[in-house]
Amino acid sequence: MKMVTAIIKPFKLDEVREALSAIGVQGITVTEVKGFGRQKGHTELYRGAEYVVDFLPKIKLEAAVAASMLDQVIEAIEKTAKTGKIGDGKIFIHDIAQVIRIRTGETGAEAL
Amino acid sequence: MKKSLVLFTLLAGLCGFAAPSFADGLDTGATAWMLSSTALVLLMTIPGLALFYGGMVRKKNVLGTMMQSFAITALISVVWMVAGYSIAFDTTGMTKGVTNFYSFFGSLNHAFLNGMDMKSMTGGIPESVFMTFQMTFAIITPALITGAFADRMKFSTMLVFMTIWSLVVYSPIAHMVWSGDGGFLWDLGVLDFAGGTVVHINAGVAGLVTALMLGPRIGYGKEPMAPHNLVLTVIGAAMLWVGWFGFNAGSAVAADGRAGMAMAVTQIATAAAALGWMFAEWIVKGKPSVLGIASGAVAGLVAITPASGFVGPVGSLVIGVAAGVICFWAATSLKGMLGYDDSLDAFGVHAIGGIVGALLTGVFAVESIGGTAGSMGQLWIQAESVGITIAYTAVMTFIILKVLDIVMGLRVTEEQEREGLDIALHGERVE
Repeated sequence: MKMVTAIIKPFKLDEVREALSAIGVQGITVTEVKGFGRQKGHTELYRGAEYVVDFLPKIKLEAAVAASMLDQVIEAIEKTAKTGKIGDGKIFIHDIAQVIRIRTGETGAEAL
Repeated sequence: MKKSLVLFTLLAGLCGFAAPSFADGLDTGATAWMLSSTALVLLMTIPGLALFYGGMVRKKNVLGTMMQSFAITALISVVWMVAGYSIAFDTTGMTKGVTNFYSFFGSLNHAFLNGMDMKSMTGGIPESVFMTFQMTFAIITPALITGAFADRMKFSTMLVFMTIWSLVVYSPIAHMVWSGDGGFLWDLGVLDFAGGTVVHINAGVAGLVTALMLGPRIGYGKEPMAPHNLVLTVIGAAMLWVGWFGFNAGSAVAADGRAGMAMAVTQIATAAAALGWMFAEWIVKGKPSVLGIASGAVAGLVAITPASGFVGPVGSLVIGVAAGVICFWAATSLKGMLGYDDSLDAFGVHAIGGIVGALLTGVFAVESIGGTAGSMGQLWIQAESVGITIAYTAVMTFIILKVLDIVMGLRVTEEQEREGLDIALHGERVE
């Protein structure tokens, strides 16, 4: 089992969700986050007072998937979240030690 | 539906027949316009100014900022009724050309609106209308000052400060300029149609003194203090613009050609100043900002305030452009050079815009509009009046604040300031 964490541009969320549903991902968790990468921030100017905004709004998307689906999931996210411009985000893959469905007590791949 | 319509017609008919007859000389047209103007000027403070300022502060201070305008509206209404109106407009002991105590302070003969009844008149309108119209000016002037000390003044001290300031600074200056023959600046010959000195220079300079005495906000220049919601600010600026027709055209205290001309030049100068600020910012800083064009409009409204009723369309165009560009410079560069934290630019827009307008009134005044033509002599009178207003306001504001600092303290604690005025002072938050 793998945890796929993707940081993407906020306006790409719907496209990514549709692509993941289409390949059979059962659930995702989404968080509104702020951060910086190579895109850096931007400056804002209010009556001459300049503020550098270092952190830009992004979406963090997490999906726990079976190891066998991993390549498909990565491909789906890559394809739909890509604009080709700086700031498209990143995908991180982690191993999952255990999964438990709270309602039934199922564990492992059955709980995904 | 039908029933209520019949009832309404009946009521309207009754009111019409029951209308009390006023003293001879009542100008119904002027009275109708002044009733409307009064409502327009009140709209400038609440919600206009409250929104304009409220949008520019950080989210933790938005309620505290709007509360200041709202509370001042209530407070000054009472102060004005009790003594402010009398100090400003009572004419006891005043004679043209004679400078005495009453050239600066009106007597308290009209305290608690003593003597104002159904029949008392000011010009062609009921005194009650004139008194309420002037009350809305007395309200907005201290409310303007709040922009300078936003985010950091104690609410309790602010209430006491505004009460005293209204009585010993606003009312006396209004008296000197507007009370007629025997008034100190009136006799000098100052042209101030709707309050360039009385309202804007007065409030702007008091704001600067307050900002200097309170000191900058914690983290000023280091932490981001970007406005939290400029939509509120733009709505507020638009309401100020609309309400200002009551402020300037209403200051004719008549529904006549002069009021019409005041309205026209108000629109022209405001538009020119909005464009002036926008283009200046576009050229100097690279982008035409929304806050910029809104600030420019307010700067134009401020500058045309003393001039409306005296200048013609071309004069107003020049005044507008000058106000837009000069106030842009004051709010963006002058403030940085001098290092004071006038949070929302009460000084940069109102004092500077007021000075530009007051001086240029002396240049562009047209004899056929207000009875006085622009000249070097008039420009000098305007400059003297500006100087006297600045000196009086600065000294009196300093003394009041110094005393209040000792007696009750001016500033919230560091902890309260960091937490935000909404929670710390009012126990509420916006969301």
